[in-house]
Amino acid sequence: MQRKNLVKTLTLFLLVITFSVNAQHESKVEAHGEKDLKSTIKEYIQHHLQDSYDFSLTSYTKENGEHVYIGAPLPVILWDNGLQVFSSSKFHHGETVAQVGENNYKVYHGKIYKTDAAGTINYDDHHHATNAKPLDFSITKNVVVIFLVGLLMFFLFRGLANSYAKNNGIATGAGRFFEPIILYIRDDIAIPNIGEKKYKKYMPYLLTVFFFIWIINMLGLTPIGVNVTNSISVTVALALITFLITNFTGTKDYWLHIFDPLGSSMPWIAKIPLYIILIPIEVLGIFIKPFSLLIRLYANIKAGHIVLMSLIGLMFIFKSWLGSPLSFGLAFAISLIELLVALLQAYIFTMLSALYFGFAAEEHEHHEEHAH
Amino acid sequence: MEKLLGEFSIGLFFWQTVLFLALLFLLRKYAWRPILNAVNEREEGIKNALDEAENARKEMQNLNADNERILKEARAQRDSLLKEAREMKESIIAEAKGEAQAQANKVVEQAQATIQAEKQAAIIDIKNQIAELSVGIAEKVVRDELSDKKKQVKLVEEMLKEVTIS
Repeated sequence: MQRKNLVKTLTLFLLVITFSVNAQHESKVEAHGEKDLKSTIKEYIQHHLQDSYDFSLTSYTKENGEHVYIGAPLPVILWDNGLQVFSSSKFHHGETVAQVGENNYKVYHGKIYKTDAAGTINYDDHHHATNAKPLDFSITKNVVVIFLVGLLMFFLFRGLANSYAKNNGIATGAGRFFEPIILYIRDDIAIPNIGEKKYKKYMPYLLTVFFFIWIINMLGLTPIGVNVTNSISVTVALALITFLITNFTGTKDYWLHIFDPLGSSMPWIAKIPLYIILIPIEVLGIFIKPFSLLIRLYANIKAGHIVLMSLIGLMFIFKSWLGSPLSFGLAFAISLIELLVALLQAYIFTMLSALYFGFAAEEHEHHEEHAH
Repeated sequence: MEKLLGEFSIGLFFWQTVLFLALLFLLRKYAWRPILNAVNEREEGIKNALDEAENARKEMQNLNADNERILKEARAQRDSLLKEAREMKESIIAEAKGEAQAQANKVVEQAQATIQAEKQAAIIDIKNQIAELSVGIAEKVVRDELSDKKKQVKLVEEMLKEVTIS
């Protein structure tokens, strides 16, 4: 109970910090219209939060104004009346138009648009690009990171499994660290929420999603600038899998709870007016639950990145003996909190997934209990 | 909301789904199953070992209790045997005593009977002897009395008198 309260307090604390600092930051940047240091920093943050078509670890500007990127180009895969595969080096980091056969493509705001040879982007009244967007299945930086994390996890846990086989069921090396976590997920997340009888079916997903989110969140805090879980596409994919597992493993009781929440506590005639309101709410709940999962993960990690980078950016804005150390200290403190958040978000995602699976797997013996 | 939708990239979504599902299935087969099985087996092993230890302890206790019980029984049996023997001894002694008493009584009785019989016989003998003696004496007296005629007549007269009287 105490721990729960602590988690709640910390989350609240974090949210407050996120919003306040974020708001402060925004207003400061808005105040200066011209392209100065602040807007450069803002652009840099925006750029960092976006996915990119090449794997660049860092970049710097030479004295003659030329940008130098350290990293590797990645394959761009487009479906535009046929498969188009080319290297992202053709974009020159978004600076030029890539000419592939007869088609020209340009990166604008992190998305690939089809343009003419000059790379003209047409806008509508709301300043939205109206150019055609080809279906984009490119291997972006995030895809590479996801793949690498997958590979890392596979070898890590395959090694752990092998070490069990070799040592008569006792983990060695890194397994000593991971085994308690696996046991924690089993004993404190899966079993209490899903129940002794059915938890085994869900364990692989819970373990995979926990370690995946955790490792990727942690990588997001490293200076190599990975930011996967702050892309809504990734969290949508994760939440969608939770959603599908929940509803495909739903028992009769689960569906009964949605479509007949009052059970036999009332005559059917009395239930009709209530159900006109109740059933839509319950059905909406099916979708809101995973939606809250995806927004929570996305927003927390994104906010964390924005706060952290803003604080680092402040160091360059202040350039004073008082301000810069202060913002450094703050950035350091936030980094520590972000380390916790990385774990916390993985935990919350896993915990809530387990909770939803628990709803889906529930089997009541007494239907009267549904009444309340 | 529009910004969120604008950020959504179908390509990244596609790759994330594919890669994550692949990871999930690979890990399930090659990592989580073996790991969870190993952990379960180990836990069961520990549980079994504990159970076995507990069983052994209980068995030991049972054995001890058995031993105690057997010892107690043996002791009780010994006591009862001793008691029985004592009782038997006493009863034998008592019986012997009784028998001896009876025998003694019988002997005394027989002796008394014999004495009585002897006494009776002696008395009868004495009586017979007295009778014989008296007859002898009477014979002698009568012989003396009937030696002269006078006396005989007197006697007859006396006797006749007696007869008429009676």
